Amino acid sequence: MGREVSESCIDSLLTEMVASYCNQFYSNTPELAARRIEAIGYQVGHQLSERYTMDRPRFTDHLEAIKFICKDFWSELFKKQIDNLKTNHRGTFVLQDNKFRWLSRISGDPSVDNGTQDPESKAAQAMSMYLYFPCGIIRGALSNLGIPCAVSADISSLPACEYNWILSPCCFSIKYAF
Amino acid sequence: MAPVAPRSGDAIFASVEHVNAELFTLTYGAIVRQLLTDLEEVEEVNKQLDQMGYNIGVRLIDEFLAKSNVSRCVDFKETADVIAKIGFKMFLGVGASVTNWDADGTCCSIVLEDNPLVDFVELPDTCQGLYYCNILSGVVRGALEMVSMKTEVTWVRDMLRGDDAFELQVKLLKQVPEEYPYKDDE
Repeated sequence: MGREVSESCIDSLLTEMVASYCNQFYSNTPELAARRIEAIGYQVGHQLSERYTMDRPRFTDHLEAIKFICKDFWSELFKKQIDNLKTNHRGTFVLQDNKFRWLSRISGDPSVDNGTQDPESKAAQAMSMYLYFPCGIIRGALSNLGIPCAVSADISSLPACEYNWILSPCCFSIKYAF
Repeated sequence: MAPVAPRSGDAIFASVEHVNAELFTLTYGAIVRQLLTDLEEVEEVNKQLDQMGYNIGVRLIDEFLAKSNVSRCVDFKETADVIAKIGFKMFLGVGASVTNWDADGTCCSIVLEDNPLVDFVELPDTCQGLYYCNILSGVVRGALEMVSMKTEVTWVRDMLRGDDAFELQVKLLKQVPEEYPYKDDE
């Protein structure tokens, strides 16, 4: 068992990171805030997958690498595995975590509901900002394993959370899905 | 009902949910890196980290009070001890010690010999002015402000700058008296 800190530490840090980028630096350009948050996640995923694959043989194919993400990597981060892995066998994988920790304490902002804007979309946008970070982590981890890809997240019904990826094994030109 | 006894930092840390410290350390590191890229000036990054810490401290004090059962501290000395022995322990899992009191008991140092924030960290030459752990000083300042103490928190020693420990100087500037009645809308 490695070193641990209280869960509040990471929760507070993520909340504050998202708040800084969304409300302070890029309050009018959420797409730029999203890119910064994703970049932070990418860095973390890249470094963590380097550490967690140190003593392993090289993965022979993509599926093996993705299974590693679903099982070992996810367990290190969230103490649970991905609940469901689906693929269309043409480079798209869908990972489902039925109880995603970083969303389990988020609720839709009730004050937003009174606004004139479509409340659904505003709440969803605020929520999605929190998802760029884990998307970045997955993309960083896979990129370190030699699999360039785009990762996007989709919340069907809280707190279940689903990842949609488009894998590009041989082509680096796929744009981000966001 | 008998008053509930304050719990030790170890006991609280053992009872809360834990996460992998590497994830925390690397996330913090990645945030600092990104801020250095975006804000360009090291001084601006120091300010931003302090501000983020302040915002965290303002919220974390609630969790601290709820979980620790600590009652009102009689003086600033006790406050400092509680922060070092219980506060740091229950969140970061590391204890700290309090030293270097000044004569009138309003200024002291909290010394951390172990600090999970800086595992794997080395400062490059271009970041020599960076107070890498500035978020921690912000947390202490924010938390104390919520319990009516205005403080100034500065780094005196920093292992990333070659010192032998992390030393936070906490200086009590003003104790804000509580005012009644509280206004409803505040």
